[in-house]
Amino acid sequence: MAAWLIPVIIAVVITAGLYRKVNIYTALTDGAKEGLHTWIAIVPHLVIMMAAVAVFRASGAADWIAGLFKPLTSLIGIPPEVVPLAIIRPISGSATLAMLDQIMREFGADSYIAKLAAVMQGSTDTTLYVLAIYFGAAGIKKTGDALKIGLLADAAAFASAVLTVAWLL
Amino acid sequence: MVSAAFAFLLLSGFVFAAVNGTMAEVNEALFQSMEQSVQLAISLAGVILFWTGVMKTAEAAGIVSWLAHIVQPLLSRLFPEIPRDHPVFGFIASNMAANFFGLGNAATPIGLKTMRELRQINDDRDTASRSMITFLALNTAGVTLIPTTVIALGISHGAKNPADIILPAFLATVMSACFAIVIDRYYARKRNR
Repeated sequence: MAAWLIPVIIAVVITAGLYRKVNIYTALTDGAKEGLHTWIAIVPHLVIMMAAVAVFRASGAADWIAGLFKPLTSLIGIPPEVVPLAIIRPISGSATLAMLDQIMREFGADSYIAKLAAVMQGSTDTTLYVLAIYFGAAGIKKTGDALKIGLLADAAAFASAVLTVAWLL
Repeated sequence: MVSAAFAFLLLSGFVFAAVNGTMAEVNEALFQSMEQSVQLAISLAGVILFWTGVMKTAEAAGIVSWLAHIVQPLLSRLFPEIPRDHPVFGFIASNMAANFFGLGNAATPIGLKTMRELRQINDDRDTASRSMITFLALNTAGVTLIPTTVIALGISHGAKNPADIILPAFLATVMSACFAIVIDRYYARKRNR
């Protein structure tokens, strides 16, 4: 089913373009050229932001912060094993995917901890990455309350994950 | 705010490495990340070029403004400062649809294009408009119907029912998106005061 979605979307766009007598090849390549500008705009943001994330993770600071949260989170019934994942989730999607892999290996894919971690991973996007490349692409320098809102929404997603997993699984 | 986040991650990392004796790991990770981020950028390049091309064609064929017309009654409440019948509604809808159906590959390029379009209608070229912040909040909340990567990982670890996380993850993501919209409104009101 999913394999059909992309080809159908592209076919619809091309067919509509032909019907409206658009020079589709020029439109595609013009768009791709615009995409190239977008891409150039986001590369510096990727390189700079990912360097800070890498330093933060490798230093062990993330684990320490997760340790600070553990007494609080265990009080409301969140297993301590998923806390580091929740802390890292907003800054690195690939790192938390590796953590989820580790959790599934250790506790089994059907355990409560693994299910909760999976829902946490799947219920939000990597806020810092999205923010860096989206604002980077548009050349925005003053980002307002965007980061605050994104991080608060992540916290809400994790709290919701605890509720929905307890309720539905 | 982004500068503060960047400085916090980097400096707290260095201080921690000094205390923990992990400076060698930090050094290695720093240089690895430079390689990895460029690799990531290169792996994104084709997707961004291709999908921006498809979106440009969709725009020229009138699909985007058609979509904009359909979603406008719904989205104009979320994005009150976008002018009526502006095609950017179509881009926003395309991005949300791509995210919803788990087409992350298409969603990101469309999202980037949307941000550039939103900048066009913003008077201040350096500062994020309210629409941009709302749009970003919806994207970072990541409303997805099917988190494909996570399900694939569950399958590879032999989960009995790997798809059972779909409903709880979907509900959690909807709840957080609603929360994001509420706090976005709160901050927008605070800014205007």
